[in-house]
Amino acid sequence: MDLQALLACLSSASCVVTQTTGGLISGMLLFLVAAGLSLIFGTLKVVNFMHGSLYMLGAYFAFTIYNLTGSYTLAVLGAALGVGLFGLLFERLFMSRVYGTDVLMQLLVCYSFILILDDAVKIIWGAEFRSMGMPAAFQRPPIIVAGGVLPVFYLFLIGVTIIVALALGLVITKTRIGKIVRAAAVNPTMTSALGINTTLVYGGVFALGSLLAGLAGGLAVPVRSLVAGMGFSILIESFIVTVIGGMGSVAGALVGALLIGLVRSFGSIGFPLFTDGLMFLFMTIILIVKPSGLFGKEL
Amino acid sequence: MRKASIGRDALIATALLVILALLPLVFPSKSFSDFVMRASAYAIFATSLNLLVGYAGMVSFGHGLFFGLGAYSFALSMQKLGTSIPAALALTIVINALVAAVVGAICVRLKEIYFSFLTLAFQMLLYSLIIAWTAVTGGDQGLTGGIPRPPFLGIRLDDPHHLYLFCCTTLVVSLFLMWHLVQSPFGYTLRMIRDNPRRAGFLGIQVWRIRVLAFIVAGVFGGIGGMLISLFVSSAYPDFAYWTVSGEAVFMIMLGGISVFFGPLVGAALLLILNDFVTKVTEHYSLVLGIIILVFALGLRKGLLGFVVQAWKKYTAAAPPAEKNPQPSSRS
Repeated sequence: MDLQALLACLSSASCVVTQTTGGLISGMLLFLVAAGLSLIFGTLKVVNFMHGSLYMLGAYFAFTIYNLTGSYTLAVLGAALGVGLFGLLFERLFMSRVYGTDVLMQLLVCYSFILILDDAVKIIWGAEFRSMGMPAAFQRPPIIVAGGVLPVFYLFLIGVTIIVALALGLVITKTRIGKIVRAAAVNPTMTSALGINTTLVYGGVFALGSLLAGLAGGLAVPVRSLVAGMGFSILIESFIVTVIGGMGSVAGALVGALLIGLVRSFGSIGFPLFTDGLMFLFMTIILIVKPSGLFGKEL
Repeated sequence: MRKASIGRDALIATALLVILALLPLVFPSKSFSDFVMRASAYAIFATSLNLLVGYAGMVSFGHGLFFGLGAYSFALSMQKLGTSIPAALALTIVINALVAAVVGAICVRLKEIYFSFLTLAFQMLLYSLIIAWTAVTGGDQGLTGGIPRPPFLGIRLDDPHHLYLFCCTTLVVSLFLMWHLVQSPFGYTLRMIRDNPRRAGFLGIQVWRIRVLAFIVAGVFGGIGGMLISLFVSSAYPDFAYWTVSGEAVFMIMLGGISVFFGPLVGAALLLILNDFVTKVTEHYSLVLGIIILVFALGLRKGLLGFVVQAWKKYTAAAPPAEKNPQPSSRS
């Protein structure tokens, strides 16, 4: 525990800015993954335990596309769409077979895919750490705010995520598609009786959730190193985020993700050994005070 | 419903123990006794998980927490505190019970999948502590220097034969205790809570308390499994607390069948055999295991032993007086 370091950081503006932006981008990436997880759970009532692996796939897809084409835009789009498609196939071919069965079966199917994908990544891309480096477009001097560094890419990442968050919120609350998805979440039988193809809705929502994870992976590539198994820690964190924010709530996922990002970022200075512990402590407090999460309705 | 008879079961347990103890005379190879020792550790661990999953309906996906915790508390108290083996065992049980009480009290408030994930999250907390706290745990290298195994009551665990007997005895005693637990009123309360928690609540059972108790019992036995593995490898590694341990335990109990008490035992042995076989053939162990689990999850649902038991019940129910050979069709 190093409270002095934490206090020293908090009293210096530059350190606060650097840690805050660092916390914000982890929070934003976490939000994209957690929002997908939360959306899938809210609608399909299954927890996609391999959601972290989709994030990993997105990162590797972006890495490969960038190396082939040199375009980061293409890389991110390709990662998002590729993983979305993968998610759709996974849902149709495997996950849909265990709907309504024991939770154990869903866990096992996802568990098997984590194992398979981790090994597949090792076979295709190698077991060692890989990193892509900053794309050329973002290789410019960072903006200095109050003495703290603010890399241009961070701004881009935060901007993209905010746009996605807004779009997601609007689609779910304001459009006909959003209404159908919400209806299918509440009462799938009635929804299908009204002539709506719930199978399509399920597949679509799963694909959308996967797409968000793939997008997060693509956006993370310039600032994270790639390794098989990288998806697991983000899976745990995004689960904690959804517990804090409340399952099924996009706004909750955003708030929870930002909180966790900041707790981690500042915690790593004050409690380097106990950064993860801090996150759990935080979650435990929320669970005791409000078991349904900050924005959740009922558990 | 059958009545538990301690005397008869103790007799069976003793007989099993004698058989296990004599097996090395038939199979004298070291790899066989090593297998039995490893299988004992995992069988206790998997059976303890099944107390939660199969009997209480609490799908914990973080049971590896107790496996890792047991291994580390035992190894550390032997290595750093220099305690005797019974004292280290007692300390391991106390630590596991305490941690299980805290984690359980937080987790059992949650339903199904939340419970699964929260237990998993706590396991990863232990894992990251082990990795970060290098000064005590040795970080990702694991504990180096081995565990001292001083003799107690004339038992010398540094002798492979004594260690073998110790593992078998621990296995049989643990299974015996758990067997009696699930046949006790407490065990039936667990089943009731699994099937209808609300009704159990109406009958005056404090569901929350019973669930925490089950969590503690499972945590303690899971820790004993971890203790055996740390005795066996004479160390403790962060891998014992990694989430895949929980995943494998869930697969073990599914493989053997959660509706049968001895299913997890069979599952543990089968998975270890599979493990040894696959790692011998290919380096892509996870890929092969993943495919096997997938096929299993989509195809064979009741577990092998569960399937056999069901076939046997169907046979005995269909034709009680006739003496025919049962023909359980094998679907595996």
